[in-house]
Amino acid sequence: MSSTVSAIQRSALGFVLVLVIFGTLPLVVSSYQMSIANEILIFALLAMSIDVLAGYAGRTSLGHGALFGISTYVVIYWTSVYGGSAWVGCLLGVVVATLVAAIFAAFAVRVSGVYFLLLTLALGMIVWGVCLRWTSITGGENGIRGVGRPDLIASPTAFYYATLAVVLLMTFLIWRFVRSPFGLTLRGIRDSESRMRSLGYGTSAHMFVAFTVTGFFAGVAGALYALFNNFVSPSTVQLSQSVEGLLMAIIGGIGTLFGSFIGAAAIIMLENFVSAYTARWQMVLGVMFIVTMIFAPQGILGTLRMLLIRKR
Amino acid sequence: MDRRQFLKTTGLTVAASAAGTFAAPQILRAAEPIRIGLMAPLSGVVAAGGREIVEGFNMYWEERGKKAAGRAVEVIVEDDAGNPDTALQKARRLVEQAKVDFLFGNLLANTGLAVASYVKGNGVPYFIPVIAADDLTQRNRIKNVIRVAGYTASQMPRPLADWALKQGYKRIATISQDYTFGHEQCAGFAQVFTEGGGQIVAQLWNPLNTADFSPYIGQLGDLKIDAVFAMELGADASRFMKQYSDFGLKGRIPLLGAQNFTDQSVIRTLGEECDGIISSAHFAEGSDNPETQKFVKAYSAKYGKMPSLYGFSHYSGAMWVDQVIEQLKGDISNRDVFIDAVLKSQLTNSPLGRPVRFDDYGNPIYDVYIRKVVKNKDGKYWNVPIETYPAVSQFWTYKPEDYLKNPPFSRDNQGIKK
Repeated sequence: MSSTVSAIQRSALGFVLVLVIFGTLPLVVSSYQMSIANEILIFALLAMSIDVLAGYAGRTSLGHGALFGISTYVVIYWTSVYGGSAWVGCLLGVVVATLVAAIFAAFAVRVSGVYFLLLTLALGMIVWGVCLRWTSITGGENGIRGVGRPDLIASPTAFYYATLAVVLLMTFLIWRFVRSPFGLTLRGIRDSESRMRSLGYGTSAHMFVAFTVTGFFAGVAGALYALFNNFVSPSTVQLSQSVEGLLMAIIGGIGTLFGSFIGAAAIIMLENFVSAYTARWQMVLGVMFIVTMIFAPQGILGTLRMLLIRKR
Repeated sequence: MDRRQFLKTTGLTVAASAAGTFAAPQILRAAEPIRIGLMAPLSGVVAAGGREIVEGFNMYWEERGKKAAGRAVEVIVEDDAGNPDTALQKARRLVEQAKVDFLFGNLLANTGLAVASYVKGNGVPYFIPVIAADDLTQRNRIKNVIRVAGYTASQMPRPLADWALKQGYKRIATISQDYTFGHEQCAGFAQVFTEGGGQIVAQLWNPLNTADFSPYIGQLGDLKIDAVFAMELGADASRFMKQYSDFGLKGRIPLLGAQNFTDQSVIRTLGEECDGIISSAHFAEGSDNPETQKFVKAYSAKYGKMPSLYGFSHYSGAMWVDQVIEQLKGDISNRDVFIDAVLKSQLTNSPLGRPVRFDDYGNPIYDVYIRKVVKNKDGKYWNVPIETYPAVSQFWTYKPEDYLKNPPFSRDNQGIKK
């Protein structure tokens, strides 16, 4: 029982830390740095959606970047081409991303391991191909320009706090989701699918729901990204987006949820601040991955947690 | 130091610095540098072109002693990696963190369009000598996005189509990279060629980074055509020319190209396979115009290679904006005044050797050369003008109002007259 209490305490600490750190940032940083923090929050949510599958259900997805991007496309298309309201657009974006996730899930529940990786990769590539080729709708390579944010969240500070609120709410939902009996079943499937099946659990149905739900979270992140970036092109749905989300989850620590914030912060800050000093920032990124994999295979937060437990 | 002495000196220092602060605005204005944010793809597939953008741009400011109208000029270079999301991030950094006075650059249309949508919101002037997407000066104009020393994609191939008709070519097939820049250039050619009575027999579209052109070249060989129009750039262009020659089509079917097809960035590494190819552009490094030759010599001396379109465009773009800054005596604090002044200005003394001005839609009007690739006296291939079409605008001979009623070009809408 005491371990459950400390787990809840730990998560509460995570929430408080995210709230305090990200909540006070706008008071001390410039508007550009705030936009970086904003991006970190959005990508942390994407990384978390991947982390649910990778860390709790043992399935590594390379298709969530595409789900994220679908939502971005829908929001931008709805507001700029169709001329609809941004709020409805966001709702639609999330719904469409969730629906597509359900279609992906119908295929993906049949496989596990490396085949799951390959299948989600292929599905993601299909989305990318469609966005690139369906020029009349997506604008092809050139993408679509947005029309800006609604007045209520037009100022960068207002939008930043709106993002923070949404991301915190989603984090809470994800946290509840993985700690529910449903989440426990997912962990059971991760450890031994055949045993769970012989115990009478519908593993396929569980995986289907889990995949679709993570698609919902990726969709929310994508809708926020549409409001943030005000532009979408095939590079938003391409494979590197999925890979980046996965790397963020890995660097932070698979199966830690809050590690996604650390991973997103590490990668995005590296991209933006190191690149100001050297054009070879990708090498720095590569070295960082290798060092993480050798010295902290559980990711930054995972390793910290291990050290704390060992100390007790 | 006793207390009185201390008070005296401190008081004097404080008074002096306060006076300095109040007097400062006048002096500061002149002393404060003009900060320019230059974005170019320095990593990724088009990195070679990106480096030439930076070279051309820096060369101009170095010649001017890094000064414009007496103010120091500070150029901050950022890598956009050829990716629109990265380009946006970098544009934000340049504007919000580095506080640049205006933005310059980008190579790929999608990166330029992303940055354009960003500056639309905040009014920062953004100059695009290479971003050629038609609609930026046609149907989706943004006032502070200005094509100094740039061009629209469909503008340049039109004179070439007219020239092809005059050669008596009746049947032509096109091959092009399958993305917007390719669609628009091909369409410019196809529209003029078919309206003049020619026939576009087939249009082939190859994906970017095609390793093997043999299936396409095989098809072209069987079509019984008078010429081929090719729109390829970068490594695709060199591969296509090489294979076109390997398969024996060179010399049998004349090869026409869009401007980037025979650009220096492509042909400087090639041999005989590029010999004799005809293309059209506003810049020809082999022109005998003394201004052009002066620029080509200076560029070759500095970088050990002849200038490409990318280097030339950014050199001229920098020159154009510099001339406007001189005209405004260094005061570009009012963006509206600055932008209006640019749009009304003329580029003079450029490497083109003749003045250039904007049309009413913010796109430059050029004398366009029909160019042929030949060997110069140093044994290097370059583009030499063989004919000139004066004052070619982005609307060719059409009336802008009528032209803009048509939908924008795409792979399916090539403006072909049925």
